Amino acid sequence: MIDARDRQLLEHIQLGLPVCARPYLEIGRLCDMPETEVLERLTKLKQQGLIKRMGVIVKHRQLGYRANAMIVWNVPDNLVKQLGGHISRFSFVTLCYQRPRQPEWPYNLYCMIHGKDKATVLKQLDQLIDACGLSAFNREILFSKRCFKQRGAVYKNTALADG
Amino acid sequence: MLTTLHKQLLNDYQHDFPLSARPYRDIADALGVTEAEVLSAFTELNDNNFISRIGPVIPPNHIGVSALLAMSVPEQQLQTVADKISAYPEVNHNYEREHRLNLWFVVIAADAEHLRAVIEAIELDTSYPAMLLPMLDDFFIDLGFKLELNHD
Repeated sequence: MIDARDRQLLEHIQLGLPVCARPYLEIGRLCDMPETEVLERLTKLKQQGLIKRMGVIVKHRQLGYRANAMIVWNVPDNLVKQLGGHISRFSFVTLCYQRPRQPEWPYNLYCMIHGKDKATVLKQLDQLIDACGLSAFNREILFSKRCFKQRGAVYKNTALADG
Repeated sequence: MLTTLHKQLLNDYQHDFPLSARPYRDIADALGVTEAEVLSAFTELNDNNFISRIGPVIPPNHIGVSALLAMSVPEQQLQTVADKISAYPEVNHNYEREHRLNLWFVVIAADAEHLRAVIEAIELDTSYPAMLLPMLDDFFIDLGFKLELNHD
């Protein structure tokens, strides 16, 4: 499980690893932790799955991936897990979540596709629908237009502190 | 202009970034370049806004709580409402989407109580109701995103 020191470490490192010769030493200085402890804790968190991945977080839009579609489906509850598992195995899918239906929003399965343009995304979606057997289920495709804000998740204990 | 080194750094180090005392030197050794070259290439990627950061991706709802919210806002008020919402430090994504529900944003907070308070504040602040869509299950295994960067 995650303890207070892990939490403190994650608060600092999630803002970004410095680009310098000893970045983990720098992170350690910020949270009063020796470099070895920083590395041990990060290794452990990664092994435990509390860090899903550690690495470069790219900006899709700036790299030419301007089309981003959120696709929502209404699938039977007993199939959500199986379909979600299948969808998430496609390399162009960048997120796949189950969310609750709402009175005017009957969808319970969400995925995101990032592509260079809409046509590519729609082609990938067709491929996904065919491969996962999704054609029978109601869906909507919501392409993004303006991005007002995008940054990594900043989890803080003092939740009002600005990240 | 992306160099071969930029492309390698973008594609090959989205996961398993070295957890070692000299990670940039380890990357340099693996790619057959110098540590200084790796450091300056990452600085360039940062400066050109091609990367958000180098860091951990933490699965949702393990450390704090988060929820997706959707609003339907008239076009002429969308920028104003979006700016108000983006100003909250708890909001980390905020997008316009092509739909009647045209504003989609993610709120993260330390706990459920704080999450609820932020959502209430946003609804009061903007005068629009937000549809709350918390995450129930996460199927995605985040192995990073394969970029095709050959066009450069």
